[in-house]
Amino acid sequence: MTKIGSKVPTAHPFMANSAPESYKEMLRVAEVGDIDELFEQIPAEHLYTGEWNFPEPLKSEASLYRHVSGILKQNISCEDYLNFLGAGCWQHYVPAICDEMVTRTEFLTSVWGTPSSDHGRNQVWFEFASQIGELVGMEFVGLPLYSFGTAGGHAIRMASRMNKRHKVLIPRSMDPERLAVLKTYCGYAELDGFIEIVQVEVDPQSGRLDLRDLESKIDHEVTAVYFDNPNYLGVIEKEARAICDLAHKFGVEAIVGVDPISLGVLASPAEYGADIVVGTTQPLGVHMNCGGGVGGFIATRDEERYAREYPTLQVSLTDTIEQGEMAFALTLFEQSSYGSREDGNDWTGNSVYLWAVANATYMSLMGPSGFKSIGHSILERSHYAALKIAEIPKLSVPWRTDFFKEFVVNFDATHKTVAEVNTALMTHKIFGGKDLSEDFPELGQSALYSVTEIHTQEDLDTLVAALEEVTK
Amino acid sequence: MIKSRIRKYHAPVWDEPLVMQLGAEGRQGVALPITEPAISEVVGSPEDLIPLSMRRTSALGLPQLSEFEVQRHYLHLSQETLGMMQISLFGTCTMKYNPRVNEKIVYQPYVAEINPHQDEKTLQGSLEVVSRFDHLLRELSGLDKFVFQAGGGADAAYIQACITRAFHASRGELAQRNEIITTSQAHPCNPATASAAGFKVITLPLEENGYPSLEALKSVVSSRTAALMVNNPDDIGIYNPNIREWVEVVHQAGGLCFYDHANFNGVMTRIRAADLGFDACMFMLHKTFGGPKGGGGPAVGAYGCTSELIPFLPGPLVERNEGGSYELRDAGDLSIGRVREFWGNVPTVIRAYSWTRAMGIEGLRDAANISVLANNYMEKRILSIPGITKGLPELTQRRLEMTRYSLGELTQETGVTTIDIQNRMPDYGIDGYWLSHEPWFIPEPFTPEAGELWSIEDLDYWIDVLEIVCTEARENPELVKSAPHNQPVHQLSGANLSDPEKWATTWRAYQRKYMEID
Repeated sequence: MTKIGSKVPTAHPFMANSAPESYKEMLRVAEVGDIDELFEQIPAEHLYTGEWNFPEPLKSEASLYRHVSGILKQNISCEDYLNFLGAGCWQHYVPAICDEMVTRTEFLTSVWGTPSSDHGRNQVWFEFASQIGELVGMEFVGLPLYSFGTAGGHAIRMASRMNKRHKVLIPRSMDPERLAVLKTYCGYAELDGFIEIVQVEVDPQSGRLDLRDLESKIDHEVTAVYFDNPNYLGVIEKEARAICDLAHKFGVEAIVGVDPISLGVLASPAEYGADIVVGTTQPLGVHMNCGGGVGGFIATRDEERYAREYPTLQVSLTDTIEQGEMAFALTLFEQSSYGSREDGNDWTGNSVYLWAVANATYMSLMGPSGFKSIGHSILERSHYAALKIAEIPKLSVPWRTDFFKEFVVNFDATHKTVAEVNTALMTHKIFGGKDLSEDFPELGQSALYSVTEIHTQEDLDTLVAALEEVTK
Repeated sequence: MIKSRIRKYHAPVWDEPLVMQLGAEGRQGVALPITEPAISEVVGSPEDLIPLSMRRTSALGLPQLSEFEVQRHYLHLSQETLGMMQISLFGTCTMKYNPRVNEKIVYQPYVAEINPHQDEKTLQGSLEVVSRFDHLLRELSGLDKFVFQAGGGADAAYIQACITRAFHASRGELAQRNEIITTSQAHPCNPATASAAGFKVITLPLEENGYPSLEALKSVVSSRTAALMVNNPDDIGIYNPNIREWVEVVHQAGGLCFYDHANFNGVMTRIRAADLGFDACMFMLHKTFGGPKGGGGPAVGAYGCTSELIPFLPGPLVERNEGGSYELRDAGDLSIGRVREFWGNVPTVIRAYSWTRAMGIEGLRDAANISVLANNYMEKRILSIPGITKGLPELTQRRLEMTRYSLGELTQETGVTTIDIQNRMPDYGIDGYWLSHEPWFIPEPFTPEAGELWSIEDLDYWIDVLEIVCTEARENPELVKSAPHNQPVHQLSGANLSDPEKWATTWRAYQRKYMEID
């Protein structure tokens, strides 16, 4: 326990004016005798004067590095083990240049400079939005949001403000983590702005949204249908066009969530009728960071009725007083919470703007051919794994075609739980797929396996052999 | 009086085209691993793996560049970003040193290449840092538990709005308690998240003491009150000395009290939220606790509360079990669920833990003292510049870590506004200052925050530049009004970007609106 008073500091590497001479000079100029005088506004009874249970400082960088990294090295990473976990946070290769850019001090430490002094960063933001727009086929794109789920939540609220309806249809296959966020955003029946979530069944044969169930539930009271493509279980919603058409028949907004890494090979949501596109940005050059790598986006057609409902900030290309010079400025700022407080659209604040730098870099590196190649690579590798796993006695892959990156593996016939299988796989230095048994009990003992471009044939064969052994 | 030698400065100008305008057909920035023949043998052509209706048929209009071309482009853009490369006293954001060692740590695979669904046994390092930092924040606030799921300060305010909902719903009182009270000086995220969560917002205006009166609060508190969401001190450096009574009044009416600790830097180790009676508070790890801003995140709004509210926290919760290892626990039936996927921006929690350990408790006290002292040091000199006055000058007590000033007199005299000066200061290498949140009640405002990072010479240099620009405003107002002059681009044309025909948030939209193909 430490008791602290106010005394002249000793020099600390993070604080220039902690050098006693500098500190005393400030006291002199500011005409302060005792530092406590400066806190005269705070009543004495508000001040904490007790003891502190605080560890000793580690002023030395060497000691600090050793301490912090020493704790963290207890982790076992997806470089130590072969990883097949995805489920909302996926392991893709992050090009070195993406890491270089997000650790550049200029990008890393900037805040809100002027449009001229932070021109470079604003241009990156515009290039982020422009390239996302290319992938999803939309012309209006906001700056990133906290995550896929928060983007979905705001998109549903946009739809509800637009058509003044308060019911949203969401397939049973929705990521439970994401669904929990959507529920939060849809509010409580006792208060204003509540949106009821109605679940649409999944066709057990295909893993896709059950169109007939959708037909029975959709009506003129529904604000939006929101589905992900591919869905959480990896299945491609190949009837996406029919879903969107059905929505439009009832004046319902079609919200589609995407993993942009699929869009070099999969149709863009705009092509099959999406009105609002949301998605994740993490696969585009950002490490998983234990979930701290997630980010989201919202994109729509460039129509005023959509643009006026964005909760985000967005940058627009514009010109300067110098002929022919381009620059970037915030647009529709006044409809944000910064501009209009509680009268703005939802709220905004710090988001994951640094990841937009990684995303823009990644998309530029990939280009059209890179996106196509990575899409193909993921398809080939994930399908290879699924086929090989399906050949293992007692294991089954319920949806063996029409999936991207992730697929479900069922272990019921092994009479082992996914938890037991995954524990056994760890002894082979493998992280098995995400356990679905709690969130999707109708799938029995099933796991969601994620296979990406990082997995070699050897990795996949290693997995297959290990699965075979642990389920014997 | 100018104290410094003013350096020559010009920002790098690369006249950098958009990435979409660079490159040439067929170039590639990455090569993918070659698909092993055995894989192709088993799965066949990848195109055939996609249902016909879902194959992409439209071309992707993305740029085609080599790896170096991409690297060079984004390096140029980084250089065209001033940020903290010289001096940034951006108020309310607490510009402080972001220790480089933290970047070294968080890009190691044992931090970066971690999937949140991994078995807890393989996450012990991250869980331990989160838990240790939770305990440090408990100590600094007197509260009982912290969570880090919120992706920023506003998201933490949203947690409060959601917990307010769940708390009153659990008592069957939500339909009746639908009002959240805040003040005009609270950050916009407080009223905005309250409203987004479904509450009606009551905003108390400032009164002559620089904060709303206790009577004003009492006049709006009722059985409809769900919560109070306030900051203290506010971002003009004024501390509401009645805050304890405020909390009591709201508690007596059955409402919850949330302390937005955005301005914690000046009161670290002096004020603890729990001691003032608050039920919950929020700290910004990307501001007060040494995490980098990133131009706007990834950030963390650390949300802490009393034991009474713990059952409502978003999950999963990091706990230490009896055996001494760490685990992720379900938050239980009363939990608000999630405000964001997973358990937070873990790298920034690590950075904040590391920064706090480097400081120690005495270092935190020193930082708070230095911040407030530096603000008062600056005030002496800034108020000696003709045309600048102090916001609410009749309040003579010492301001805390920020003071809001007014350029109103200078504007009246010269026509040069605070935005003109904000545009001109970067011509000397100084990042533009913060003006004021909405609503503006001080004319032509600006709000520097000295913090503990910047040296006396830095603070003096900043003030020197301000003084020079104010002199320019008198002697050559056009020079200031047409600023900047030494930046990557000139002043914006002022085109009305609220006009749907003019805005263009993507290159696609711009091409359609401005570059119709002939």
